Amino acid sequence: MKSVTCKQLCKTYHQGDIKVIGLDQVDLEINEGGFVCLSAPSGGGKTTLLNAIGGLDTPDSGEIWLAGERIDNLGKGELASMRLHRIGFVFQAYNLIPVLTARENIEFVMEVQGVPAAEREQRSTDILAEVGLEGLGDRRPAQMSGGQQQRVAVARAIVSKPALVLADEPTANLDSHTAEQLMELFVELNEHHGTTFVIATHDQRVMRYAKRVVHMLDGKIVDDEQRDAA
Amino acid sequence: MNQFKIVLRLAWRNLWRNHRRTLIMIAAIVIGAWSMIFMTALMRGMVDDMIADGISVLPGHVQIHHPDYRDDPTIANVIAPPTGELLEALDGPGVVAWATRVRVPAVISSERDTRGVTLIGIEPERERDISFVAGDIAEGDFLSSRDDRGLIVGRKLVEKLETGLGKRVVIMSQDQDNEIADRGFRIVGIFESKLAQYEEGFVFAGEGTIQELLGVGDAISEVAILGSDYRDIEDLYRSIEAAAGDGVEVLPWNEIDTYLGSMLAMMDGFVIVFIVVVFLALSFGLVNTLVMAVFERVREIGLMLALGMTPRSILSQIVTESVLLLTIGLAIGNLAAIATIEPIKGGIDVSIVGEGMEMMGASSVLYPALYLKDIVMANVIVIVLGFFASLSPAWRASKYDPIRAITKV
Repeated sequence: MKSVTCKQLCKTYHQGDIKVIGLDQVDLEINEGGFVCLSAPSGGGKTTLLNAIGGLDTPDSGEIWLAGERIDNLGKGELASMRLHRIGFVFQAYNLIPVLTARENIEFVMEVQGVPAAEREQRSTDILAEVGLEGLGDRRPAQMSGGQQQRVAVARAIVSKPALVLADEPTANLDSHTAEQLMELFVELNEHHGTTFVIATHDQRVMRYAKRVVHMLDGKIVDDEQRDAA
Repeated sequence: MNQFKIVLRLAWRNLWRNHRRTLIMIAAIVIGAWSMIFMTALMRGMVDDMIADGISVLPGHVQIHHPDYRDDPTIANVIAPPTGELLEALDGPGVVAWATRVRVPAVISSERDTRGVTLIGIEPERERDISFVAGDIAEGDFLSSRDDRGLIVGRKLVEKLETGLGKRVVIMSQDQDNEIADRGFRIVGIFESKLAQYEEGFVFAGEGTIQELLGVGDAISEVAILGSDYRDIEDLYRSIEAAAGDGVEVLPWNEIDTYLGSMLAMMDGFVIVFIVVVFLALSFGLVNTLVMAVFERVREIGLMLALGMTPRSILSQIVTESVLLLTIGLAIGNLAAIATIEPIKGGIDVSIVGEGMEMMGASSVLYPALYLKDIVMANVIVIVLGFFASLSPAWRASKYDPIRAITKV
């Protein structure tokens, strides 16, 4: 079963008067349980592709299918619902809501989904332990380190058990040790939960963990490399 | 419900993110709410006083008279005293007091001066419950019966006529045959009113004595009826009108004294205008606060949208922040206004501007009148307008593109 299918995706946008090609006839298929890195230099199209897969951006043409359902033609409300129920997001920075504690951030998506309070609490307690943040649930983001904040973001992304986690430069603001810990957590979740990971990065340390690395340049896929993960 | 809980929690916490800004805004709302309620209570007090005084002078709450009496208030336009069904209605529920009167224009002469006045023949015992005159006797006595031959005169008129208690004056009017009717009266009582115009304009005598003077038998000019509340006279008016039948005119006080009636209507309108004006001043601060709050949270709003929160929830969050801000400010403002008004309910001496107050028909002691309906109206108007004022920044926030918002520097 394909988790993600992209067919002939095109996307252009403007930076001032300059027309920039974000995606240029991108075809991509990712199997369920995949661990894929989208690698490209800045402006290469990896974030544009990730946003399109996540329903955060709409392509100019082409099709996007998630788990057999076409999403590029959905309305804003349907896309919001799809993101809420089927995708976990980890962004490069500014991942957490500052006025909520770590536990509340983790429970945020579940709360919006309407998961009962007792279940939310149990799942957030379990996931806090799983990401190594036991006892830090009552801290607000400002009281946590960058690595701890990213772990909370990861916990939030996976706690509602989405089929797909999209991560955009998740290690960009982390030191090597913390980045390594985070990637090991991703791998563990991928292996134990079968969650599909698509990570946009140009960090070689991250790519070491990937089973597959898709290289992009100027909005095109230029290489698709199968790897033995670290 | 879950959405509402999280929206409420986020709104409440975001409110306290910038304590100083929130507290300044709350202070502005408190002052606004306080001024709305306090000033409304003062204005209500003044108008209530004017209306109560006005009603106590003449009209009562409902009045019956000849259909032509208002155009030509002379002895030519009289009616029969109440009998039968009307008398039953007057003695029935809803009527606190009633009295008949003969009321005509007249001339009063002392040995020094002559003045035009309104001569009112009254039933002393009934009049005691309905108008000011019995309670305002400053010198001498009130009339003892409807056939009393004495005269009650206002202090100012006594001074103008250069006469005094116990002295004789001549009252002259016209009888039903258009002949001059006059007789001498001894001044048995002098009244003092809050308003000089009453002291100069009215003289009171026994109703029987005036009927005899004018040769009208038992005919009267009017029946004045007092209900329990001048603001709520519709039922009283309807029942009296039905009982009075044809051939007479029944009018509520606000139609008899159109100045007082329009004053009350104007006051209601003025309160709304005042509240709206104060709110408009507040709304600039409120909208500015919300715009700043949204501007500071662009990335966070983008994140919530990206995670699947609906634009409607984002809109609700901003509007809820506004409503919470207003609710806190209004609650404190209401309490402050009540705490300020309660100690001065006994009256504020405004004699320093007494003449001006008198010109408007109010007394020199102002009694603030705090009505629940005014408090409710002020709060509802502010909350409703605040809701609409917050829609613009809330709408903008809900329309953010998640990716552009998250990556905004």
